[in-house]
Amino acid sequence: MDWTYIQGILMLAGINLISVLGLSLLTGFTGLFSFGHAGFMAIGAYIGALMTVSPSTTPAGLGLPFFVGIIAGGAAAGIVSYFIGRITLSLKGDYFCIATLGFGEATRLLLNNVQIFGGSRGWPGVPYKSTLPVIVLVDVVAVLFLANLIKSRHGRNMIAVREEELAAQVSGIDVFKYKMTALIISAVYAGVAGVFFGHYMTFIQPKMFSMTKSTELTIIVIFGGLGSISGSVLGAVLLTALPEILRAFEIWRLVFYGAAVILIMISRPKGLMGGMELTPSGIRKAQLERKARLEARAEARRLNGLEDGSADEGRGA
Amino acid sequence: MAAILEISNLTKRFGGLAAVNDVSFSVPEGAIVGLIGPNGAGKTTIFNLITGVYSVTSGDVKFQGQSIVGLPPFKIADRGITRTFQNIRLFKNLTVFENVLTACHMSAQYNLAETILRLPRFRKEEKLLYEKAENLLSIMGLTERRDLVANNLPYGMQRRLEIVRALALDPKLLLLDEPAAGMNPDETEHLMNLIGQIRKDFKLSVLVIEHHMDLIMGVCEHIVVLNFGLKLAEGRPEDVANNPKVVEAYLGATEEA
Repeated sequence: MDWTYIQGILMLAGINLISVLGLSLLTGFTGLFSFGHAGFMAIGAYIGALMTVSPSTTPAGLGLPFFVGIIAGGAAAGIVSYFIGRITLSLKGDYFCIATLGFGEATRLLLNNVQIFGGSRGWPGVPYKSTLPVIVLVDVVAVLFLANLIKSRHGRNMIAVREEELAAQVSGIDVFKYKMTALIISAVYAGVAGVFFGHYMTFIQPKMFSMTKSTELTIIVIFGGLGSISGSVLGAVLLTALPEILRAFEIWRLVFYGAAVILIMISRPKGLMGGMELTPSGIRKAQLERKARLEARAEARRLNGLEDGSADEGRGA
Repeated sequence: MAAILEISNLTKRFGGLAAVNDVSFSVPEGAIVGLIGPNGAGKTTIFNLITGVYSVTSGDVKFQGQSIVGLPPFKIADRGITRTFQNIRLFKNLTVFENVLTACHMSAQYNLAETILRLPRFRKEEKLLYEKAENLLSIMGLTERRDLVANNLPYGMQRRLEIVRALALDPKLLLLDEPAAGMNPDETEHLMNLIGQIRKDFKLSVLVIEHHMDLIMGVCEHIVVLNFGLKLAEGRPEDVANNPKVVEAYLGATEEA
Protein backbone atom coordinates (compact mmCIF):
# COMPACT_ATOMS: atom_id res chain seq x y z
CA MET A 1 0.00 0.00 0.00
CA ASP A 2 1.68 3.14 -1.13
CA TRP A 3 0.92 6.66 -0.02
CA THR A 4 -0.82 7.65 -3.29
CA TYR A 5 -3.38 4.91 -2.69
CA ILE A 6 -4.00 5.88 0.95
CA GLN A 7 -4.11 9.53 -0.02
CA GLY A 8 -6.73 8.72 -2.65
CA ILE A 9 -8.94 7.02 -0.07
CA LEU A 10 -8.50 9.90 2.37
CA MET A 11 -9.44 12.40 -0.33
CA LEU A 12 -12.57 10.46 -1.23
CA ALA A 13 -13.47 10.22 2.46
CA GLY A 14 -12.91 13.96 2.84
CA ILE A 15 -15.07 14.73 -0.20
CA ASN A 16 -17.82 12.41 1.04
CA LEU A 17 -17.57 14.05 4.43
CA ILE A 18 -18.43 17.48 3.01
CA SER A 19 -21.74 16.28 1.63
CA VAL A 20 -22.38 14.01 4.62
CA LEU A 21 -22.04 17.02 6.94
CA GLY A 22 -24.67 18.89 4.94
CA LEU A 23 -26.97 15.89 4.92
CA SER A 24 -26.39 15.49 8.65
CA LEU A 25 -27.85 18.96 9.18
CA LEU A 26 -30.91 18.12 7.09
CA THR A 27 -31.51 14.55 8.27
CA GLY A 28 -29.83 14.28 11.66
CA PHE A 29 -30.72 17.70 13.04
CA THR A 30 -33.82 18.85 11.15
CA GLY A 31 -35.36 15.40 10.66
CA LEU A 32 -35.87 15.47 6.88
CA PHE A 33 -34.73 12.41 4.97
CA SER A 34 -33.38 12.99 1.48
CA PHE A 35 -32.59 10.43 -1.18
CA GLY A 36 -31.61 12.99 -3.77
CA HIS A 37 -28.46 14.66 -2.51
CA ALA A 38 -26.39 13.08 -5.27
CA GLY A 39 -28.42 15.40 -7.50
CA PHE A 40 -27.00 18.43 -5.70
CA MET A 41 -23.52 16.90 -5.95
CA ALA A 42 -24.05 16.49 -9.69
CA ILE A 43 -25.09 20.13 -10.06
CA GLY A 44 -21.98 21.20 -8.14
CA ALA A 45 -19.71 18.91 -10.17
CA TYR A 46 -21.02 20.06 -13.55
CA ILE A 47 -21.22 23.79 -12.77
CA GLY A 48 -17.80 23.65 -11.11
CA ALA A 49 -16.34 21.92 -14.15
CA LEU A 50 -18.01 24.42 -16.45
CA MET A 51 -16.07 27.18 -14.68
CA THR A 52 -12.63 25.55 -14.70
CA VAL A 53 -12.43 23.43 -17.87
CA SER A 54 -10.21 25.13 -20.38
CA PRO A 55 -12.00 26.36 -23.51
CA SER A 56 -9.48 24.50 -25.67
CA THR A 57 -10.70 21.07 -24.51
CA THR A 58 -14.44 21.84 -24.29
CA PRO A 59 -15.93 24.90 -26.02
CA ALA A 60 -18.31 25.49 -23.11
CA GLY A 61 -15.47 25.70 -20.54
CA LEU A 62 -14.58 29.08 -19.06
CA GLY A 63 -11.08 28.28 -17.86
CA LEU A 64 -11.48 30.15 -14.56
CA PRO A 65 -9.56 29.42 -11.32
CA PHE A 66 -10.58 26.51 -9.07
CA PHE A 67 -11.99 28.64 -6.23
CA VAL A 68 -14.46 30.25 -8.65
CA GLY A 69 -15.58 26.71 -9.52
CA ILE A 70 -16.08 25.86 -5.82
CA ILE A 71 -18.15 28.98 -5.18
CA ALA A 72 -20.20 28.63 -8.36
CA GLY A 73 -20.84 24.90 -7.78
CA GLY A 74 -21.99 25.43 -4.20
CA ALA A 75 -24.10 28.44 -5.12
CA ALA A 76 -25.77 26.66 -8.06
CA ALA A 77 -26.76 23.71 -5.85
CA GLY A 78 -28.05 26.13 -3.22
CA ILE A 79 -30.17 28.07 -5.71
CA VAL A 80 -31.67 24.90 -7.19
CA SER A 81 -32.44 23.61 -3.68
CA TYR A 82 -34.37 26.80 -2.94
CA PHE A 83 -36.79 26.12 -5.79
CA ILE A 84 -36.99 22.42 -4.95
CA GLY A 85 -37.71 23.37 -1.34
CA ARG A 86 -40.43 25.83 -2.32
CA ILE A 87 -42.45 23.06 -3.93
CA THR A 88 -41.57 20.06 -1.75
CA LEU A 89 -41.00 21.25 1.82
CA SER A 90 -44.68 21.44 2.66
CA LEU A 91 -44.85 17.69 2.04
CA LYS A 92 -44.82 15.60 5.18
CA GLY A 93 -42.41 12.79 6.10
CA ASP A 94 -42.16 10.07 3.48
CA TYR A 95 -43.61 12.27 0.75
CA PHE A 96 -40.73 14.72 1.01
CA CYS A 97 -38.35 11.78 0.85
CA ILE A 98 -39.96 10.52 -2.37
CA ALA A 99 -39.89 14.01 -3.88
CA THR A 100 -36.13 14.28 -3.26
CA LEU A 101 -35.63 10.85 -4.80
CA GLY A 102 -37.46 12.10 -7.87
CA PHE A 103 -35.32 15.23 -7.99
CA GLY A 104 -32.08 13.22 -7.80
CA GLU A 105 -33.08 10.89 -10.60
CA ALA A 106 -34.44 13.74 -12.74
CA THR A 107 -31.14 15.61 -12.44
CA ARG A 108 -29.19 12.55 -13.53
CA LEU A 109 -31.48 11.85 -16.50
CA LEU A 110 -31.37 15.49 -17.53
CA LEU A 111 -27.55 15.47 -17.54
CA ASN A 112 -27.65 12.26 -19.58
CA ASN A 113 -29.17 14.31 -22.37
CA VAL A 114 -27.18 17.53 -22.21
CA GLN A 115 -24.80 17.03 -25.10
CA ILE A 116 -22.48 19.99 -24.39
CA PHE A 117 -21.47 18.18 -21.17
CA GLY A 118 -20.96 14.94 -23.04
CA GLY A 119 -24.35 13.45 -22.12
CA SER A 120 -24.24 9.91 -20.77
CA ARG A 121 -20.74 9.35 -22.21
CA GLY A 122 -19.38 11.67 -19.57
CA TRP A 123 -17.18 14.73 -19.55
CA PRO A 124 -13.43 14.18 -19.59
CA GLY A 125 -10.78 16.86 -19.25
CA VAL A 126 -11.81 18.31 -15.87
CA PRO A 127 -8.55 19.67 -14.43
CA TYR A 128 -7.06 17.81 -11.45
CA LYS A 129 -7.31 20.40 -8.71
CA SER A 130 -8.51 18.59 -5.56
CA THR A 131 -5.57 18.12 -3.24
CA LEU A 132 -5.61 16.56 0.21
CA PRO A 133 -4.63 19.72 2.15
CA VAL A 134 -7.37 21.78 0.47
CA ILE A 135 -9.97 19.09 1.11
CA VAL A 136 -8.94 18.79 4.77
CA LEU A 137 -9.11 22.56 5.11
CA VAL A 138 -12.62 22.66 3.65
CA ASP A 139 -13.65 19.78 5.93
CA VAL A 140 -12.41 21.65 8.99
CA VAL A 141 -14.22 24.84 7.97
CA ALA A 142 -17.39 22.84 7.19
CA VAL A 143 -17.31 21.16 10.60
CA LEU A 144 -16.72 24.46 12.40
CA PHE A 145 -19.56 26.26 10.61
CA LEU A 146 -21.92 23.37 11.30
CA ALA A 147 -20.92 23.09 14.95
CA ASN A 148 -21.45 26.83 15.45
CA LEU A 149 -24.82 26.64 13.74
CA ILE A 150 -26.02 23.71 15.84
CA LYS A 151 -25.11 25.43 19.10
CA SER A 152 -27.13 28.55 18.27
CA ARG A 153 -30.80 29.46 18.41
CA HIS A 154 -31.03 28.67 14.69
CA GLY A 155 -29.67 25.17 15.22
CA ARG A 156 -31.87 24.61 18.25
CA ASN A 157 -34.91 25.68 16.24
CA MET A 158 -34.04 23.10 13.59
CA ILE A 159 -33.73 20.42 16.26
CA ALA A 160 -37.09 21.52 17.67
CA VAL A 161 -38.63 20.99 14.21
CA ARG A 162 -37.22 17.45 14.22
CA GLU A 163 -38.46 16.74 17.73
CA GLU A 164 -42.02 18.04 17.59
CA GLU A 165 -43.16 20.14 14.66
CA LEU A 166 -46.44 21.37 16.13
CA ALA A 167 -44.84 22.40 19.42
CA ALA A 168 -42.12 24.18 17.44
CA GLN A 169 -44.74 26.15 15.53
CA VAL A 170 -46.62 27.33 18.59
CA SER A 171 -43.26 28.20 20.17
CA GLY A 172 -42.88 30.86 17.50
CA ILE A 173 -40.57 28.87 15.22
CA ASP A 174 -41.11 29.43 11.51
CA VAL A 175 -40.93 25.72 10.63
CA PHE A 176 -40.91 26.24 6.87
CA LYS A 177 -38.10 28.79 7.03
CA TYR A 178 -35.90 26.53 9.13
CA LYS A 179 -36.55 23.51 6.94
CA MET A 180 -35.62 25.68 3.94
CA THR A 181 -32.46 26.96 5.62
CA ALA A 182 -31.35 23.43 6.46
CA LEU A 183 -32.09 22.26 2.92
CA ILE A 184 -30.16 25.11 1.29
CA ILE A 185 -27.12 24.71 3.54
CA SER A 186 -27.08 20.96 2.96
CA ALA A 187 -27.36 21.50 -0.80
CA VAL A 188 -24.47 24.00 -0.79
CA TYR A 189 -22.33 21.47 1.11
CA ALA A 190 -23.28 18.75 -1.40
CA GLY A 191 -22.56 21.10 -4.31
CA VAL A 192 -19.09 21.95 -2.98
CA ALA A 193 -18.44 18.23 -2.46
CA GLY A 194 -19.48 17.68 -6.08
CA VAL A 195 -16.96 20.25 -7.31
CA PHE A 196 -14.14 18.54 -5.40
CA PHE A 197 -15.30 15.14 -6.62
CA GLY A 198 -15.21 16.25 -10.28
CA HIS A 199 -11.79 17.83 -9.88
CA TYR A 200 -10.51 14.67 -8.19
CA MET A 201 -11.81 12.17 -10.76
CA THR A 202 -11.01 14.55 -13.68
CA PHE A 203 -13.92 12.89 -15.45
CA ILE A 204 -17.59 13.22 -14.59
CA GLN A 205 -20.51 11.17 -15.77
CA PRO A 206 -24.19 11.35 -14.75
CA LYS A 207 -24.03 7.69 -13.67
CA MET A 208 -21.71 8.67 -10.77
CA PHE A 209 -24.57 10.63 -9.17
CA SER A 210 -27.22 7.93 -9.14
CA MET A 211 -29.57 7.03 -6.33
CA THR A 212 -26.91 4.63 -5.02
CA LYS A 213 -24.74 7.65 -4.21
CA SER A 214 -27.60 9.43 -2.43
CA THR A 215 -28.36 6.28 -0.45
CA GLU A 216 -24.69 5.89 0.47
CA LEU A 217 -24.67 9.42 1.93
CA THR A 218 -27.83 8.78 3.96
CA ILE A 219 -26.45 5.45 5.20
CA ILE A 220 -23.30 7.21 6.42
CA VAL A 221 -25.37 9.78 8.35
CA ILE A 222 -27.51 7.09 10.00
CA PHE A 223 -24.50 4.83 10.60
CA GLY A 224 -22.63 7.66 12.33
CA GLY A 225 -25.67 8.53 14.43
CA LEU A 226 -28.45 11.03 13.70
CA GLY A 227 -27.81 14.38 15.30
CA SER A 228 -24.06 13.96 15.81
CA ILE A 229 -21.37 15.80 13.85
CA SER A 230 -18.62 13.54 15.25
CA GLY A 231 -20.70 10.56 14.14
CA SER A 232 -20.86 11.93 10.60
CA VAL A 233 -17.09 12.42 10.52
CA LEU A 234 -16.40 8.89 11.81
CA GLY A 235 -19.04 7.41 9.52
CA ALA A 236 -17.70 9.13 6.41
CA VAL A 237 -14.12 8.01 7.06
CA LEU A 238 -14.99 4.43 8.08
CA LEU A 239 -17.57 3.72 5.41
CA THR A 240 -15.45 5.21 2.61
CA ALA A 241 -12.43 3.20 3.70
CA LEU A 242 -14.31 -0.03 4.43
CA PRO A 243 -14.79 -1.24 0.80
CA GLU A 244 -11.07 -0.65 0.23
CA ILE A 245 -10.07 -2.54 3.39
CA LEU A 246 -12.35 -5.37 2.27
CA ARG A 247 -10.66 -5.62 -1.14
CA ALA A 248 -8.96 -8.81 0.05
CA PHE A 249 -12.35 -10.53 -0.14
CA GLU A 250 -12.56 -9.71 -3.86
CA ILE A 251 -16.05 -10.42 -5.22
CA TRP A 252 -17.39 -10.91 -1.68
CA ARG A 253 -16.40 -7.48 -0.48
CA LEU A 254 -19.78 -5.79 -0.91
CA VAL A 255 -21.42 -8.65 0.95
CA PHE A 256 -19.04 -8.06 3.84
CA TYR A 257 -19.65 -4.32 3.57
CA GLY A 258 -23.39 -4.86 3.95
CA ALA A 259 -22.91 -7.35 6.76
CA ALA A 260 -20.62 -4.96 8.64
CA VAL A 261 -23.15 -2.12 8.39
CA ILE A 262 -25.99 -4.39 9.53
CA LEU A 263 -23.98 -5.74 12.47
CA ILE A 264 -23.09 -2.29 13.72
CA MET A 265 -26.65 -1.03 13.35
CA ILE A 266 -27.92 -4.03 15.36
CA SER A 267 -25.42 -3.51 18.14
CA ARG A 268 -25.79 0.29 18.09
CA PRO A 269 -29.30 1.08 16.81
CA LYS A 270 -28.78 4.82 17.27
CA GLY A 271 -25.63 4.73 15.13
CA LEU A 272 -22.00 4.87 16.20
CA MET A 273 -22.34 8.05 18.24
CA GLY A 274 -26.08 8.00 18.91
CA GLY A 275 -26.50 11.78 19.07
CA MET A 276 -23.40 12.30 21.24
CA GLU A 277 -20.49 14.55 20.35
CA LEU A 278 -16.83 13.65 20.82
CA THR A 279 -15.85 17.07 22.17
CA PRO A 280 -15.06 18.09 25.76
CA SER A 281 -18.44 19.83 26.13
CA GLY A 282 -20.26 16.98 24.36
CA ILE A 283 -18.79 14.38 26.70
CA ARG A 284 -19.56 16.52 29.74
CA LYS A 285 -23.16 16.89 28.56
CA ALA A 286 -23.53 13.13 28.09
CA GLN A 287 -22.13 12.56 31.59
CA LEU A 288 -24.55 15.08 33.13
CA GLU A 289 -27.46 13.46 31.32
CA ARG A 290 -26.43 10.05 32.57
CA LYS A 291 -26.03 11.31 36.12
CA ALA A 292 -29.44 13.00 36.06
CA ARG A 293 -31.04 9.82 34.72
CA LEU A 294 -29.48 7.66 37.42
CA GLU A 295 -30.49 10.12 40.14
CA ALA A 296 -34.07 10.23 38.88
CA ARG A 297 -34.19 6.46 38.83
CA ALA A 298 -32.77 6.17 42.32
CA GLU A 299 -35.31 8.68 43.59
CA ALA A 300 -38.17 6.82 41.93
CA ARG A 301 -36.97 3.59 43.51
CA ARG A 302 -36.74 5.25 46.92
CA LEU A 303 -40.29 6.62 46.61
CA ASN A 304 -41.62 3.24 45.48
CA GLY A 305 -39.79 1.65 48.40
CA LEU A 306 -41.47 4.05 50.83
CA GLU A 307 -44.89 3.25 49.40
CA ASP A 308 -44.23 -0.46 49.65
CA GLY A 309 -43.02 -0.02 53.21
CA SER A 310 -46.11 1.85 54.34
CA ALA A 311 -48.33 -0.70 52.62
CA ASP A 312 -46.58 -3.45 54.58
CA GLU A 313 -47.11 -1.57 57.84
CA GLY A 314 -50.76 -1.22 57.01
CA ARG A 315 -51.06 -4.93 56.51
CA GLY A 316 -49.23 -5.61 59.75
CA ALA A 317 -51.65 -3.46 61.74
CA MET B 1 -60.89 46.06 32.37
CA ALA B 2 -59.96 45.94 28.70
CA ALA B 3 -60.18 42.59 26.98
CA ILE B 4 -56.87 41.09 25.84
CA LEU B 5 -58.62 38.44 23.77
CA GLU B 6 -61.97 38.90 22.07
CA ILE B 7 -63.64 36.01 20.32
CA SER B 8 -66.69 36.92 18.30
CA ASN B 9 -69.06 34.58 16.47
CA LEU B 10 -66.27 32.05 16.03
CA THR B 11 -67.26 29.03 13.92
CA LYS B 12 -65.27 26.03 12.76
CA ARG B 13 -66.80 23.40 10.48
CA PHE B 14 -65.26 20.05 9.64
CA GLY B 15 -67.42 19.10 6.66
CA GLY B 16 -70.98 19.14 7.98
CA LEU B 17 -69.97 19.12 11.65
CA ALA B 18 -69.78 22.44 13.43
CA ALA B 19 -67.15 21.72 16.09
CA VAL B 20 -67.39 25.32 17.26
CA ASN B 21 -70.58 27.16 16.47
CA ASP B 22 -70.97 30.92 16.78
CA VAL B 23 -69.08 31.20 20.06
CA SER B 24 -68.30 34.60 21.55
CA PHE B 25 -66.50 35.45 24.74
CA SER B 26 -63.56 37.50 25.88
CA VAL B 27 -60.64 37.27 28.26
CA PRO B 28 -60.11 40.45 30.31
CA GLU B 29 -56.54 41.66 30.74
CA GLY B 30 -54.90 39.93 33.69
CA ALA B 31 -57.76 37.51 34.30
CA ILE B 32 -57.81 33.74 34.62
CA VAL B 33 -60.70 32.42 32.55
CA GLY B 34 -61.83 28.80 32.58
CA LEU B 35 -63.18 27.01 29.53
CA ILE B 36 -65.19 23.96 30.51
CA GLY B 37 -67.59 21.52 28.94
CA PRO B 38 -68.15 17.79 28.38
CA ASN B 39 -65.88 15.80 26.06
CA GLY B 40 -66.22 16.86 22.44
CA ALA B 41 -67.65 20.26 23.34
CA GLY B 42 -65.04 22.02 21.18
CA LYS B 43 -62.68 23.35 23.83
CA THR B 44 -59.42 22.21 22.28
CA THR B 45 -60.73 23.24 18.84
CA ILE B 46 -61.07 26.79 20.16
CA PHE B 47 -57.42 26.66 21.31
CA ASN B 48 -56.39 25.43 17.89
CA LEU B 49 -58.34 28.27 16.27
CA ILE B 50 -56.81 30.92 18.54
CA THR B 51 -53.25 29.66 17.92
CA GLY B 52 -53.72 29.31 14.17
CA VAL B 53 -53.28 25.54 14.06
CA TYR B 54 -56.74 25.29 12.45
CA SER B 55 -58.12 27.81 9.98
CA VAL B 56 -61.21 29.70 11.07
CA THR B 57 -64.42 29.05 9.09
CA SER B 58 -66.05 32.31 10.15
CA GLY B 59 -65.97 34.82 12.95
CA ASP B 60 -63.10 36.76 14.40
CA VAL B 61 -60.39 36.47 17.04
CA LYS B 62 -58.95 39.77 18.24
CA PHE B 63 -55.81 39.89 20.34
CA GLN B 64 -55.03 43.27 21.90
CA GLY B 65 -57.54 44.81 19.55
CA GLN B 66 -56.09 43.34 16.35
CA SER B 67 -57.49 40.43 14.37
CA ILE B 68 -55.17 37.42 14.34
CA VAL B 69 -57.32 35.27 12.08
CA GLY B 70 -55.31 33.84 9.18
CA LEU B 71 -51.89 34.38 10.77
CA PRO B 72 -49.60 31.31 10.88
CA PRO B 73 -49.04 29.77 14.35
CA PHE B 74 -45.49 31.09 14.75
CA LYS B 75 -46.61 34.68 14.16
CA ILE B 76 -49.41 34.32 16.70
CA ALA B 77 -46.84 33.03 19.19
CA ASP B 78 -44.73 36.05 18.31
CA ARG B 79 -47.64 38.38 19.11
CA GLY B 80 -47.76 36.89 22.60
CA ILE B 81 -50.09 33.88 22.76
CA THR B 82 -48.53 30.58 23.80
CA ARG B 83 -50.06 27.29 24.82
CA THR B 84 -49.60 23.84 26.24
CA PHE B 85 -51.09 20.65 24.82
CA GLN B 86 -53.59 18.17 26.17
CA ASN B 87 -51.28 15.31 25.15
CA ILE B 88 -47.90 16.70 26.20
CA ARG B 89 -45.68 17.75 23.29
CA LEU B 90 -42.21 18.37 24.63
CA PHE B 91 -38.98 18.15 22.64
CA LYS B 92 -38.65 14.64 24.02
CA ASN B 93 -35.01 13.83 23.35
CA LEU B 94 -33.70 17.15 24.61
CA THR B 95 -32.87 17.90 28.22
CA VAL B 96 -35.10 20.02 30.42
CA PHE B 97 -32.68 22.93 30.01
CA GLU B 98 -32.53 22.58 26.23
CA ASN B 99 -36.32 22.55 26.01
CA VAL B 100 -36.51 25.91 27.74
CA LEU B 101 -33.42 27.32 26.01
CA THR B 102 -34.93 26.51 22.60
CA ALA B 103 -38.11 28.36 23.45
CA CYS B 104 -36.12 31.42 24.56
CA HIS B 105 -35.09 31.95 20.92
CA MET B 106 -37.26 35.00 20.40
CA SER B 107 -35.22 36.99 22.92
CA ALA B 108 -32.23 36.97 20.55
CA GLN B 109 -31.77 38.66 17.20
CA TYR B 110 -28.43 37.44 15.85
CA ASN B 111 -28.52 36.14 12.29
CA LEU B 112 -27.06 33.13 10.47
CA ALA B 113 -23.81 34.80 9.39
CA GLU B 114 -23.14 36.00 12.94
CA THR B 115 -23.82 32.44 14.09
CA ILE B 116 -21.43 30.51 11.87
CA LEU B 117 -18.65 33.04 12.45
CA ARG B 118 -19.36 33.36 16.20
CA LEU B 119 -19.36 37.16 16.06
CA PRO B 120 -19.66 39.25 19.27
CA ARG B 121 -23.43 39.79 19.05
CA PHE B 122 -23.95 36.02 18.83
CA ARG B 123 -21.88 35.40 21.95
CA LYS B 124 -23.44 38.25 23.90
CA GLU B 125 -27.05 37.31 23.13
CA GLU B 126 -26.42 33.61 23.56
CA LYS B 127 -25.15 34.28 27.08
CA LEU B 128 -28.35 36.18 27.85
CA LEU B 129 -30.46 33.28 26.54
CA TYR B 130 -28.64 30.84 28.83
CA GLU B 131 -29.18 33.13 31.81
CA LYS B 132 -32.85 33.51 30.97
CA ALA B 133 -33.38 29.76 30.69
CA GLU B 134 -31.57 29.08 33.98
CA ASN B 135 -33.59 31.77 35.65
CA LEU B 136 -36.92 30.36 34.45
CA LEU B 137 -35.95 26.87 35.61
CA SER B 138 -35.09 28.13 39.06
CA ILE B 139 -38.31 30.16 39.40
CA MET B 140 -40.33 27.11 38.41
CA GLY B 141 -38.37 24.66 40.57
CA LEU B 142 -36.90 22.56 37.79
CA THR B 143 -33.21 23.39 38.29
CA GLU B 144 -32.50 20.03 39.91
CA ARG B 145 -33.73 18.26 36.81
CA ARG B 146 -32.08 20.51 34.26
CA ASP B 147 -29.92 17.81 32.66
CA LEU B 148 -32.59 15.12 32.54
CA VAL B 149 -33.93 14.20 29.11
CA ALA B 150 -37.54 15.43 28.97
CA ASN B 151 -38.85 11.97 28.16
CA ASN B 152 -37.49 10.63 31.47
CA LEU B 153 -39.21 13.28 33.60
CA PRO B 154 -42.07 12.24 35.85
CA TYR B 155 -45.44 12.99 34.29
CA GLY B 156 -46.35 15.93 36.50
CA MET B 157 -43.02 17.59 35.80
CA GLN B 158 -43.46 17.12 32.06
CA ARG B 159 -46.65 19.18 32.34
CA ARG B 160 -44.79 21.78 34.36
CA LEU B 161 -41.93 21.88 31.87
CA GLU B 162 -44.42 22.50 29.08
CA ILE B 163 -45.70 25.52 30.99
CA VAL B 164 -42.12 26.77 31.51
CA ARG B 165 -41.44 26.36 27.81
CA ALA B 166 -44.53 28.45 27.02
CA LEU B 167 -43.42 31.11 29.53
CA ALA B 168 -40.00 31.33 27.88
CA LEU B 169 -41.64 33.17 24.98
CA ASP B 170 -42.74 36.01 27.29
CA PRO B 171 -46.43 35.55 26.46
CA LYS B 172 -49.17 37.99 27.31
CA LEU B 173 -51.80 35.28 27.13
CA LEU B 174 -51.17 31.70 28.20
CA LEU B 175 -53.50 28.92 27.02
CA LEU B 176 -53.43 25.80 29.21
CA ASP B 177 -55.07 22.68 27.81
CA GLU B 178 -56.03 20.38 30.70
CA PRO B 179 -52.90 21.09 32.77
CA ALA B 180 -54.13 18.88 35.61
CA ALA B 181 -54.99 15.83 33.51
CA GLY B 182 -53.66 12.70 35.20
CA MET B 183 -52.65 14.52 38.39
CA ASN B 184 -53.67 13.50 41.90
CA PRO B 185 -55.54 15.99 44.13
CA ASP B 186 -52.30 17.02 45.82
CA GLU B 187 -50.56 17.81 42.55
CA THR B 188 -53.70 19.55 41.28
CA GLU B 189 -53.76 21.90 44.22
CA HIS B 190 -50.08 22.58 43.74
CA LEU B 191 -50.72 23.40 40.08
CA MET B 192 -53.60 25.67 41.03
CA ASN B 193 -51.32 27.76 43.22
CA LEU B 194 -48.72 27.74 40.48
CA ILE B 195 -51.15 29.17 37.92
CA GLY B 196 -52.08 31.98 40.27
CA GLN B 197 -48.41 32.63 40.95
CA ILE B 198 -47.50 32.72 37.27
CA ARG B 199 -50.22 35.22 36.52
CA LYS B 200 -48.86 37.51 39.19
CA ASP B 201 -45.13 37.08 38.48
CA PHE B 202 -45.30 37.18 34.70
CA LYS B 203 -48.19 39.69 34.47
CA LEU B 204 -50.19 37.68 31.99
CA SER B 205 -53.73 36.50 31.34
CA VAL B 206 -54.64 32.82 31.36
CA LEU B 207 -57.28 30.81 29.52
CA VAL B 208 -57.49 27.30 30.93
CA ILE B 209 -59.36 24.19 29.81
CA GLU B 210 -59.94 21.82 32.68
CA HIS B 211 -62.11 18.99 33.93
CA HIS B 212 -61.07 19.22 37.58
CA MET B 213 -63.85 21.35 39.03
CA ASP B 214 -61.82 22.07 42.17
CA LEU B 215 -59.14 23.69 40.08
CA ILE B 216 -61.56 25.63 37.90
CA MET B 217 -63.63 26.86 40.83
CA GLY B 218 -60.55 27.66 42.88
CA VAL B 219 -58.54 29.67 40.43
CA CYS B 220 -60.81 31.16 37.73
CA GLU B 221 -62.58 34.48 37.99
CA HIS B 222 -64.74 33.85 34.98
CA ILE B 223 -65.97 30.64 33.36
CA VAL B 224 -67.24 29.87 29.87
CA VAL B 225 -69.20 26.64 29.41
CA LEU B 226 -69.36 24.92 26.04
CA ASN B 227 -71.56 22.05 24.91
CA PHE B 228 -71.70 20.55 21.41
CA GLY B 229 -69.78 23.51 20.01
CA LEU B 230 -72.20 26.08 21.42
CA LYS B 231 -71.72 28.43 24.32
CA LEU B 232 -74.03 27.23 27.06
CA ALA B 233 -73.34 29.69 29.84
CA GLU B 234 -70.81 32.20 31.07
CA GLY B 235 -70.22 34.00 34.32
CA ARG B 236 -68.70 33.84 37.79
CA PRO B 237 -67.82 30.33 39.06
CA GLU B 238 -70.61 30.14 41.63
CA ASP B 239 -73.25 31.30 39.13
CA VAL B 240 -72.10 28.80 36.54
CA ALA B 241 -72.06 25.96 39.05
CA ASN B 242 -75.67 26.65 39.97
CA ASN B 243 -76.88 27.16 36.42
CA PRO B 244 -79.44 24.39 35.69
CA LYS B 245 -78.38 24.18 32.02
CA VAL B 246 -74.77 23.50 33.01
CA VAL B 247 -75.80 20.87 35.55
CA GLU B 248 -77.93 19.25 32.88
CA ALA B 249 -75.07 19.15 30.36
CA TYR B 250 -72.79 17.47 32.87
CA LEU B 251 -75.16 15.23 34.82
CA GLY B 252 -78.21 14.90 32.56
CA ALA B 253 -81.70 16.33 33.10
CA THR B 254 -83.41 15.82 36.43
CA GLU B 255 -86.74 14.03 36.36
CA GLU B 256 -89.72 16.13 37.28
CA ALA B 257 -90.77 15.04 40.72
